[in-house]
Amino acid sequence: ASGAYPKRVKVVEVGPRDGLQNEKNVVPTPVKINLINMLSETGLQVIEATSFVSPKWVPQMADHTEVMQGINKLPGISYPVLTPNLKGFQAAVAAGAKEVSIFGAASELFTKKNINCSIEESLERFDEVMKAAREANIPVRGYVSCVLGCPYEGKISAAKVAEVSKKMYSMGCYEISLGDTIGVGTPGSMREMLAVVMKEVPVGALAVHCHDTYGQALANILVALQMGVSVVDASVAGLGGCPYAQGASGNVATEDLVYMLNGLGIHTGVDLQKLMDTGTFICNALNRRTNSKVSQASCRL
Amino acid sequence: QEPQASGLPEYIKIVEVGPRDGLQNEKVIVPTDIKIELINQLSKTGLPAIEVTSFVSSKWVPQMADHKEVMRGIERHPGVQYPVLTPNLQGFHSAIAAGATEVSVFGAASESFSKMNINCSIEESIEKFEEVTKSARNMNIPVRGYVSCALGCPYEGNVVPDKVAEVSKRLYSMGCYEISLGDTIGVGTPGSMKKMLEAVMKEIPLSALAVHCHDTYGQALANILTAIQMGVAVVDSSVAGLGGCPYAKGATGNVATEDVIYMLNGLGINTGVNLYAMMEAGNFICTALNKKTNSKVAQASFSTGTI
Repeated sequence: ASGAYPKRVKVVEVGPRDGLQNEKNVVPTPVKINLINMLSETGLQVIEATSFVSPKWVPQMADHTEVMQGINKLPGISYPVLTPNLKGFQAAVAAGAKEVSIFGAASELFTKKNINCSIEESLERFDEVMKAAREANIPVRGYVSCVLGCPYEGKISAAKVAEVSKKMYSMGCYEISLGDTIGVGTPGSMREMLAVVMKEVPVGALAVHCHDTYGQALANILVALQMGVSVVDASVAGLGGCPYAQGASGNVATEDLVYMLNGLGIHTGVDLQKLMDTGTFICNALNRRTNSKVSQASCRL
Repeated sequence: QEPQASGLPEYIKIVEVGPRDGLQNEKVIVPTDIKIELINQLSKTGLPAIEVTSFVSSKWVPQMADHKEVMRGIERHPGVQYPVLTPNLQGFHSAIAAGATEVSVFGAASESFSKMNINCSIEESIEKFEEVTKSARNMNIPVRGYVSCALGCPYEGNVVPDKVAEVSKRLYSMGCYEISLGDTIGVGTPGSMKKMLEAVMKEIPLSALAVHCHDTYGQALANILTAIQMGVAVVDSSVAGLGGCPYAKGATGNVATEDVIYMLNGLGINTGVNLYAMMEAGNFICTALNKKTNSKVAQASFSTGTI
């Protein structure tokens, strides 16, 4: 049954990192900086700026230090960055980062394929980051991948998601973003997973990160909101395809999310028109069509 | 996932509008034999209802000029309904002569839309439909009523829920067994869907309601979810998301049946429809139309080699 919706939702913009990371064309540093600066003008409070990962693995994020140092950092806006290990964390802080993110997964096989270790080992690695972050007073956001399905394992148990989320929350992550990495989730599996996770992590510390690969993202987000989740990740213009399904879409478009939240009377603080303009900018720069339906519909050429 | 426990319907009837609403809004004129093959493939997916064609003047809708041939040419599977659009009495008689056993009439919740679309007021259109429902009643032919612009109008903008309720009530009172509420330009959100349904549900029994959501703003599945959470158990959709939006160039229109089925499967709701067979039918028509599918489920499934 549909309960009351949250009055406010915090939109976490992941386009410049998760979005661009999954785009084929390497984006020049000035374009990345301009993208983030434009996003900073839309009312968004959180913009994931880049990833301090080795350029060997993620060439798109090779300019992480330049981007971090080059962007306008507006007061009241957080610019978290990904830090896969202590080295990345230290580089991030040296470059001026004030918030970082770490990535876990609810699937052993996914963890093995992605970072060549077990879930347990990955969390031990993050312990170092957590310790350093605590000492430096840097908040850490935790991501859990594959919460509604894994490209290798298939079905993922809600209990496993809860277990990993709880561990990361106990380690000191202030927020846990639950990611439907391959977009296979539906309102059914979303509800089931959240019901179990919410027994271990307070709903106020939960976020959802839905991919729209099967067109289910907004419906899944709607259910999450109905269950009390009030933090939602999205990517401007729906940047970022799915690395596991060639040609298929990935992240849900921030424009489409904000359109829905506006229609529900939920406050986000985001200016939809400015957001669409930003989407237009980055799509032109990438020479690609937007994945946002709101943007497509509003463009009466 | 127990749908009953979650308050959702156990079974949802999918009304497939691809061959009519979908093709009508596709630029390329589809040859008759392709239309017939599409419908025949759809008949094998488990769908309970497939809107086949429209008995409208070919002057207005060239895509539907072959309505008689299509009606006569398709296989009629037992247990499957094959409704057709009949904008007036003339179209109705023509449809019956061609073998139709169920028809649909189209009203609108917006005066401007009614005027621009069929060149008369809502009241005048209701009078025309009354002629159809009267004849249909005499012949024991069920009539489905559509209400366009239920969540917004391309000309008037905002549409008042009470107006939607009023027009729905008129159609229901004249004998339509089901009222399909259409978000014609896809501007609706779960917020406006809820408000509109609350108003309509005061006048029409839930079991007689259907939602026809367009995905032009990406809101269709969220809107459909809202509707089924409120107890609506009939959903219109279009295979491969056929049919663009005539009011927003390049934008999408109908929600893709595959994506709806995927969501309902995930909710443990029975539809009787085989998703795999649905994707095959979608692949057939997209190949014939030389276009990419609008179904994300189909795109993802073909990409990962599930198909």
